[in-house]
Amino acid sequence: MSAEPGSLKRTQYRLGFWLLLAPIVLWLSLLIILPHIDMVLVSLRERVASRQYEFSFSNYTEFFTEPLYWNTFVRTAVMSIVATALTLIIAFPVSFYIAKVLSGKPKMALFILCLIPFWVSELVRTYGWMILLRETGLVSGALQWLGLVDQPVEMLYNDVAIMVGLIYTSMLFMVVPLVTTLDSLDKSLIEAGYDLGGSSWHVMKSIVIPHAMPGIMSGCIVVFMLTLGNYLTPTLLGGKDSLWFTEQIYTQFITRFNWEQGAAFGILLLVLSSLIVWLGLKITKQSFTRVMS
Amino acid sequence: MIPSISSSRFYRASYLCYVVLFFIFLITPLLVVAAFSFNDSLFPSLPWNGFTWDWYLGSKEPRLGLFHDDALLESIGVSVQVAIVTTLASLALATCNAFLFEREQFPGKNFLYVLMLMPLVVPGVILGVSILVFSSTVANWFEVQFDYDFEALRPGLVLVTLGQFAFITTIATLVISARLRKFDVTQEEAAMNLGASRLTAIATVTLPFLKPALFGAGVVAFLMSFENFNTTLMLVGSDAPLTIAMFDRLREGSTPVLNAVSVLLMVGSACLALVSLFAQRPDKQ
Repeated sequence: MSAEPGSLKRTQYRLGFWLLLAPIVLWLSLLIILPHIDMVLVSLRERVASRQYEFSFSNYTEFFTEPLYWNTFVRTAVMSIVATALTLIIAFPVSFYIAKVLSGKPKMALFILCLIPFWVSELVRTYGWMILLRETGLVSGALQWLGLVDQPVEMLYNDVAIMVGLIYTSMLFMVVPLVTTLDSLDKSLIEAGYDLGGSSWHVMKSIVIPHAMPGIMSGCIVVFMLTLGNYLTPTLLGGKDSLWFTEQIYTQFITRFNWEQGAAFGILLLVLSSLIVWLGLKITKQSFTRVMS
Repeated sequence: MIPSISSSRFYRASYLCYVVLFFIFLITPLLVVAAFSFNDSLFPSLPWNGFTWDWYLGSKEPRLGLFHDDALLESIGVSVQVAIVTTLASLALATCNAFLFEREQFPGKNFLYVLMLMPLVVPGVILGVSILVFSSTVANWFEVQFDYDFEALRPGLVLVTLGQFAFITTIATLVISARLRKFDVTQEEAAMNLGASRLTAIATVTLPFLKPALFGAGVVAFLMSFENFNTTLMLVGSDAPLTIAMFDRLREGSTPVLNAVSVLLMVGSACLALVSLFAQRPDKQ
């Protein structure tokens, strides 16, 4: 009797372990891993007749030989990087203000105020920008009222509008990690930096920014990925000429029903996104698990 | 730079100014959307023609208000259904995952953890597309092998739910794991010393401790599902959830009824935010 419960308990624990492991394995394999493997396989085949496929790299060669695809790809990547950098530059002073200048109730209130817009759907936020920027919109109206222009100006459907929308949409994902890491920086370190004769710029560069690096990195990675994979904002604010790569994927899949080509585009976007995230982590020597959680 | 360091008045004033401008930038689009839902005009744009309730209460075309617009109301219903199922499923799996990662030691744990984070790194459009490709491969296989049309694996609400579940689970897992990590295991052991079985101990001691996290993760999961667009767009069939229905109307150009829906969404989100704030308050002490 004395030995039995122990072994029973152990088998119970083993069983419990397998019961915990099974669902996560099912989830990851059926919804993440197998779909991506299948997408790779689909991207590597070519339709030769109805329901007849052959192995081929043609979908990838098509991408590299057709300038429209190639240009859209590079353009999406460059604009995403610019949007990420601008988001960081705009968000950093505000995050610093919330984390280090304010304290107590105002700090909490301002932080929550930062979060509010992001409880609302991205669609609504983009819609707001459409109303502001369109020809009959508020910005155009305000400019006319001020006498700066004498006729309505169309501010929608250009790259600046896309950029404003992307930055706006990404702001939360930058502010939250920044405030969190800056919050953990001891104020006395900043004071010590000044006491030792450092200038504002110097203190910023050698104390604040190194401390905030994990937050900066996780903010940048999340913002970059969200921007790269964004469909809504470029389509609505950029109009027909927005040339965003996710639109190409959508067109191939849904409009042209060319799944092979669309799958190849999907893989390329995934590779690009992983590559840039990996580079970012390497350059700043951060670990993936630490940055993500 | 910080209050305890002296700085010029000009510096402080301009810093404050910047922060104020930032918040104006943040809030203006939302205010504008809300304001134009009351504009007495067929288009959500200037000029301002005076106040009206038509975009909420109007009952006939072209001034069909939100509460009489059956297509929109139906799509809200669809979104709520999808969101409830996604939330419950992802909470259940996320709780399992949290126990697995916080309590168990096994080879390959770190690898599995990294894999678990993957859905966050995959852009939503690609997640949707990959599930679309795979499910139709499986459905085609069923059709060829058994001559059976696996309806659920064709674009539609089942796939939409699965697609959202695929990445929302990761977020819920992170939230619940963080809370479980703070739990003192000796409490569970105490319950077991007092004669409770392991499952009873978890149900009566650990799960109540996790409640704020479960609730918080649930609210986030519900909102993320309700507002999801990218993944949903690739997997949607004939029943459109709200975001898809709104997107179609936005592209066509619509009456301010869309502003009214937006206001409804804002009010809904605000209520959820308040509820979750209150629910998590005792936790912060």
